[in-house]
Amino acid sequence: MVKYILKRLGMAVVTVWLVATLTFFLMNMVPGGPFLSEKAVSPKALKALEAKYGLDKPLFEQYLTYMGDAVHGDFGDSLKQRGRTVSGIITSKFPVSARLGGMAVLVAFCIGVPLGCISALNRGKIGDNIIIVIATCGIAVPSFVICTMLMYVFGVRLGWLPTLGLSTWKHYIMPVLALAFYPTAYITRLMRSSMLDVLGQDYMRTAKAKGLNQMVSLFKHALRNAILPIVTYMGPLLAYTVTGSFIVEKIFTIPGLGSEFIGSITNRDYTVIMGTTIFLATLMVFMNVVVDIVYKLVDPRIKLK
Amino acid sequence: MKENPNPLSFQARINPDDFLPASNEEKQSLVIMRESVSFWKDGVRRFRKNKVAMVSLVIVIIIMLFSFVVPAFYPYSYEQQIRGSEHLAPMEYSEEEQARMDNGEHVFPHILGTDKHGRDYAIRVMMGSRVSLIVGLVAAAIILIVGSVFGSIAAFFGGWVDIIMMRIVDIIYTIPDILLIVLLSFALKAPLEQLSQAPGFGWIQVLGRNLISIFIVFALLYWGGMARMVRSQILTLKESEYVTAARALGASNARIIKKHLLTNCIGTLIVTTTLQIPSSIFTESFLSFLGIGVAVPMPSLGSLASDAINGFNTFPYLLFIPAVLISLIILSFNLLGDGLRDAFDPKMKN
Repeated sequence: MVKYILKRLGMAVVTVWLVATLTFFLMNMVPGGPFLSEKAVSPKALKALEAKYGLDKPLFEQYLTYMGDAVHGDFGDSLKQRGRTVSGIITSKFPVSARLGGMAVLVAFCIGVPLGCISALNRGKIGDNIIIVIATCGIAVPSFVICTMLMYVFGVRLGWLPTLGLSTWKHYIMPVLALAFYPTAYITRLMRSSMLDVLGQDYMRTAKAKGLNQMVSLFKHALRNAILPIVTYMGPLLAYTVTGSFIVEKIFTIPGLGSEFIGSITNRDYTVIMGTTIFLATLMVFMNVVVDIVYKLVDPRIKLK
Repeated sequence: MKENPNPLSFQARINPDDFLPASNEEKQSLVIMRESVSFWKDGVRRFRKNKVAMVSLVIVIIIMLFSFVVPAFYPYSYEQQIRGSEHLAPMEYSEEEQARMDNGEHVFPHILGTDKHGRDYAIRVMMGSRVSLIVGLVAAAIILIVGSVFGSIAAFFGGWVDIIMMRIVDIIYTIPDILLIVLLSFALKAPLEQLSQAPGFGWIQVLGRNLISIFIVFALLYWGGMARMVRSQILTLKESEYVTAARALGASNARIIKKHLLTNCIGTLIVTTTLQIPSSIFTESFLSFLGIGVAVPMPSLGSLASDAINGFNTFPYLLFIPAVLISLIILSFNLLGDGLRDAFDPKMKN
């Protein structure tokens, strides 16, 4: 077990390093640079700026310097936002996105799993059909549509909820709902199909035949087995959602990591791009390792290789 | 057959009656009454029974008719700006058009109104769905080709090649896709511009540079899922008993690939490709929302929706129409894909 975890962690580090390297060279290969878009930068000032951030050195030397610093935990200063470090930007923006994303994942899990179970247990009946139709529609609607619809109905027409920013708990309702919409629909469908699969298993018939209480067989046998695919889905979902959705953050004007990341790409803020990418990749890879380990803990049939 | 008197005897007790020539009656029972149902016929038959899938197929066909055929006959064009008829509500006429109608002239109504530049919205929505459908179909085809070639090579060679190739897929999965998309669309700008000037590449301008870079992005980024699926399919199929049986019976490699591996794979391939179409349309609408989708004045459903968000409080229908259409297209392709999977996936038979 320990050997397995160490091996997976080692592979995770290699993956993150490869992603960082790839991003670094790709980013620098693309024409244009961080200081080109600014107006009225004289060639001399440009030279000075580039010298200050070390951008005038050969690319490979830049890469070595960056990687050396990054290993020591120093991700440099933002090229565009004067006087702010990349780590500072991430630590100030990430909690905002993480809080929203965490709540959204929680909402999706708490609604999706019961709905999927209800739907599977009432297979072919009206309740099942209604849930399936809603879930299928939920997967089909792009998030910016959901955001604007929510805003239009609850913010503008009914005036129940504030539309911009994140100052009170009421501000959280719409962004969280918008973020949770797709995962809820997805989890419902996943839960339904895996529950149907489990309900058809022989051990469920055995449990019924030996006169086990329906509730006990449902919770002890069916649910514990059926929830496994959800566990696999939760890892990447958490990593994605927690890092913030650009669209939701843009529409509700939330200062999160998602909009920061897109902003840094269009601004060519190299250090912020690198810092955020490494952060996202680490989170993603780490989540996958955690999911695999959790999977082993909840499902004894799986052997770790 | 008579009971064997001595169970330990190894001598075969053969009943001579078993070796008599078959009578005509007995031969009759072996005649095949009905033609055997082939894989495709069986699938099509099951697909036809699936009402939801048939309805979504009809919806997809109707949308395709409207986006590929109807614009040719439509009296307005998607880039034509009509002065004086900006921001008309659906079925509303501008003063000028009203005057012309009073003179007895026939003016084609703006069924869905016009946008802020006075362009007929109905034709823009139709062209938008054309672009979105093209993106979906072409991207799905690209992903199918790249993914299945990559996946089958990995599965075929196995060993180290397999490990390295699958690691590459993992890494592509881990890089935030939006970063690559934005960087690529910047990087491809200049080369594509140059290429479109070259003789023989004029079609690039017709299609739009951004559309091409979207295709390239899809070809580079989104084939990972397809590759994984094809690889796992081929790995399991290669080891399955009927392939061993066919080999034992002396079937050639070509026959095994054609008769067993391909027929068993193709159902899943079709289904995954169909399900890829809505997700490509989804991604394109997201890119258009970011402003790196198709180039103006060419509309796509995503860019129409994102343009409409600004004036949303005054002209909500400008958003609702493309939004509902995107959802409808994605929904019907999803249901169509589900129906195809139920019909063609051998594992879903029960």
